[in-house]
Amino acid sequence: MAVSRVVMPKLSEAMETGKLIKWLKGEGDRVNGGDILAEVETDKADVEMEAFGAGVLRKVLLQPGEQAPVGTLIAVIAEPDEDISAVLAAAPSTPATAAAVLPRSAPAVAPRPVAPAPRPVAPAPAPQPVAAVAAASRGRVKASPLAKKIAAQSGVDLRLIQGSGPGGRIVRRDVEAAATAAPAAAPARAATPGVGYEDRPLTPMRAIIARQMPLSKAPVPHFYVTSEIAMDRAWDLREALNALEGQPKISVNDLIVRACALALLEHPGVNASFRGESIRVHHRAHLGIAVALDEGLITPVLRDADGKSLAQIAVESRELAERARHRKLRATELSGATFSISNLGMLDVDEFSAIINPPEGAILAVGSVRRIPVVVGDGLGVGRRMRVTLSCDHRVMDGAMGARFLQSVKRLLEEPLRLLV
Amino acid sequence: MARRTDVRKPAAAALGVDAATARRLLADMMLIRRFEEKAAESYALGKIGGFLHLSIGEEAVADGATSVLRPDDYAISTYREHGHCLAKGSDPRRAMAELYGRRDGLCKGKGGSMHLFDRSVNFLGGHAIVGAHLPLAAGVGFAIKYQGGDQVVVCYFGDGAVPEGEFHEAMNLSALWKLPVIWICENNRYAMGTSIERALAQHDIYKFGEVYGIPAEPMDGMDVLAVRTTVARAVERARRDKMPSLLEARTYRFRGHSMRDPAGAVYRTKEEVEREKLRDPIVLFHARVLETGALAEADVRAIEKDVNDRIDEAVAFADASPEPPLEWLLTDIFKED
Amino acid sequence: MAVMTYREALNLALREEMHRDPRVFVIGEEVGLYQGAYKVTQGLLEEFGPERIVDTPIAESGFTGIGIGAAMVGLRPVVEMMTFNFALLALDQIVNSAAKMNYMSGGQYNIPIVIRGPGGPAAQLAAQHSQSMETYFYHVPGLKVVRPSTPADAKGLLKAAIRDDNPVIFIESETLYALKGEVPDDPDFVIPLGQGIVRREGTDVTVVAYMGMLYRALEAAEELAVEGISVEIVDPRTLRPMDTELILASVRKTHRAVVVEAGAGFAGMGSEIAACITEQGFDELDAPVERVTGESAPMPYARNLEKAKTPSKEKIVAAIRRVCYANGNGS
Repeated sequence: MAVSRVVMPKLSEAMETGKLIKWLKGEGDRVNGGDILAEVETDKADVEMEAFGAGVLRKVLLQPGEQAPVGTLIAVIAEPDEDISAVLAAAPSTPATAAAVLPRSAPAVAPRPVAPAPRPVAPAPAPQPVAAVAAASRGRVKASPLAKKIAAQSGVDLRLIQGSGPGGRIVRRDVEAAATAAPAAAPARAATPGVGYEDRPLTPMRAIIARQMPLSKAPVPHFYVTSEIAMDRAWDLREALNALEGQPKISVNDLIVRACALALLEHPGVNASFRGESIRVHHRAHLGIAVALDEGLITPVLRDADGKSLAQIAVESRELAERARHRKLRATELSGATFSISNLGMLDVDEFSAIINPPEGAILAVGSVRRIPVVVGDGLGVGRRMRVTLSCDHRVMDGAMGARFLQSVKRLLEEPLRLLV
Repeated sequence: MARRTDVRKPAAAALGVDAATARRLLADMMLIRRFEEKAAESYALGKIGGFLHLSIGEEAVADGATSVLRPDDYAISTYREHGHCLAKGSDPRRAMAELYGRRDGLCKGKGGSMHLFDRSVNFLGGHAIVGAHLPLAAGVGFAIKYQGGDQVVVCYFGDGAVPEGEFHEAMNLSALWKLPVIWICENNRYAMGTSIERALAQHDIYKFGEVYGIPAEPMDGMDVLAVRTTVARAVERARRDKMPSLLEARTYRFRGHSMRDPAGAVYRTKEEVEREKLRDPIVLFHARVLETGALAEADVRAIEKDVNDRIDEAVAFADASPEPPLEWLLTDIFKED
Repeated sequence: MAVMTYREALNLALREEMHRDPRVFVIGEEVGLYQGAYKVTQGLLEEFGPERIVDTPIAESGFTGIGIGAAMVGLRPVVEMMTFNFALLALDQIVNSAAKMNYMSGGQYNIPIVIRGPGGPAAQLAAQHSQSMETYFYHVPGLKVVRPSTPADAKGLLKAAIRDDNPVIFIESETLYALKGEVPDDPDFVIPLGQGIVRREGTDVTVVAYMGMLYRALEAAEELAVEGISVEIVDPRTLRPMDTELILASVRKTHRAVVVEAGAGFAGMGSEIAACITEQGFDELDAPVERVTGESAPMPYARNLEKAKTPSKEKIVAAIRRVCYANGNGS
């Protein structure tokens, strides 16, 4: 059994520092891979931090309320008999404060050159600014025996539930509500390295572009491709689908997600990330769907969108959005997108340009569907039109590639029966 | 044997019983005595546990009373009941095995010294809550009458039961309903360590029978023949007239209350005990059968040897009997269909 | 089916069993000439004669012992306690003689006896005549303890008790003697001892109750039904042996349990049932098992105090709400 170092995770691409809200495991607790260790506040959301190693949570180095740069060692998981002193000695002795944010490029866990004294294996308890919160989160979960049984069967983590019984006891109805609200997230298959993508060598031209573009338009060289899409048939299809009994309601955005997912399969070059020395072309389409919140924007990820039917997309994206609004998303649901969609259609927007979420290669900005005069044959008629703008990372692709992708999206939406097959 | 029988005939008549009866009376008393001596020895060896109450000195009561009962008559007793049980005909081997807490005991080892029961000889048990078995005896009498039988039930109890309410309830009900019960109080003068003078306003226990209007008389509990004749009269009244009797057997226990009271010397004097031992019922009857010529010394020796052999065998049997299997812990709580 | 009172059902059971088995007789205070202090034995003296309907003086230990002694040698007595409070005078006979005889004799002497009479709270009978006496008996290995709540049960269970080869404590209730209900005519209608019954089906909570408390629990269930709480009521009928399977099956369905008992709670039937559910159904529980019991005080005479001593419908309702988390506590 190896010693597992728990570091402040990078929970969003932009995240450089994270604040620990609370530990959900205490020192001495047994931890399995996938268990939720802590809640961390990022610039975007409160997210749950998963454990990637199994063993006992031996040492916690960051107290609730404190901040640490991404990559900083904040806890150690190991078997009880394993020596973790070396790992601890390599850790910074005090957590970084908000002011002490390390630059992203710095090796966050680099050994300190001259430590004043080796950090003892079992140091005296550090002052705990919010000790009460920590203690509460470490106390045993109070749940009725039945609630525990149902939780075990349905995979609900009791530590994440607020009990409604006397003294906060978690009772059956609490677990059932949690189980209904949060069907267990699909295992993150992408976690296995070496599958799910391929690294293609840069062509000499591409290498030059990659070197040059950031210099002129840092950090990501954007270009934009805009297209107008006739949405009359898509509109009709949506109405027909929503007239069906017992089917989930389909939104215009769901149609766009489906169209993009299919188009990305067709144009893998758009479903790609710049990697410095290579371009990673993703074989699966994980779509970030921007959700507007009062306080900002969050982009939960609909995984494997290319393999999902319209109905699945409708149900899952609604559920993701719902949890995004309640800040109940897990870290894995906030990262790993290969392409994003930002739809401001409901806000009466003709068109706009979106900023790419690195390391994604592109993002589609969607405006409102409008009824406008259109040329029909030799005369005029009224049609539903929607303008979309694709922002592309020029290091990854060129204008033509973006345009071809957009053409595919357009065709899929203008001949929407293709979305059903 | 036959040659000597002729010689003894006149003397046997003087004894009031024939030679065979005399032999049986002596043998049974000796058997009880030997059984209890061996029980005391086994207790000292740790083979018997709990409470062990000996009736050494009181054998004439059980022996004399039982000698006038039929096998289908009942007997019921207290926790000092080894003698009553053996006199009624129980196998000493199984009785000893019960004292040892063994599988072949009369009650499968679940009763012990205080709770000997033997349905095969109509011995209805040793009961260890003082006074409690008197109503049971009345119930047996009630059942005999209900069923139209002519059996009787003999109920032995100590002077210690007399102050108990149940004594009076049982006397009253048996008198009121005319139940065929022979109440035999073994008055050994001490309820554990409390003498009758310290326990009863009326020291003549038989007189309580007069209060309830039933035939009552005292008898010499150290004289097996006196007991025999007195009980015989009571049995006749019970069998024929369904009339209970209260008999007070004046007797004495030579040992302490139990093995935990070995000398019994705190509440009575050594001189008193020694004086009473001069009335030892076995010694007295032994002397009388020789004196009257009913039995010869050689006969007594033979009886003694036979008794010793039987008790040695009983001890060996008990020792060899296995402990009850653990699953018996939960059997016999209820009678199952 | 005939409609008759609980009292008549008991009387019928006695008559049928006495006709069926000549070994059965009734003994107790005022059972004959007086026709029974509560008229349960009415008419039996005339029908069976004084040999089988035996009036006794006031001597509970004496006549109970007579019953036990008679049972040792082949009879099947039914001993009436005028009220079960008086059985304390015979407690030694019941506990030391009846309950243990078969065991300590190694199975040689079983005691087929029924000791019956009314117990529990009645109407202003004060401290010595209002006790829930079952507590004193169901603790004792070797005794069976029955508490019949309806006329049909009174008949079926008394017949089963008389036919049983072991000592059965059969405690009726003065408050139920006039209760009417349908009773099967079949002279072989017998309810096996140890078999409980679901009196009311429900899904949200299991309430275990018997005798007067059963009827109070039924009222509570009606009230809660209006609020959408579905109460299942289990009547154990026999307290020992207890039909734990029935109770557990119900709890496995409802995940909650409330036990109601008229007697004081300490070491009572509620404790026993709660322990049983916890030991055998722990993972089924969504709430702790609640007990609703009489207050731990002797029964007072004054009407208002007497009412306060015994579990009320309101207390039962409150306990059910608590285990259902329906008190506004976090819901």
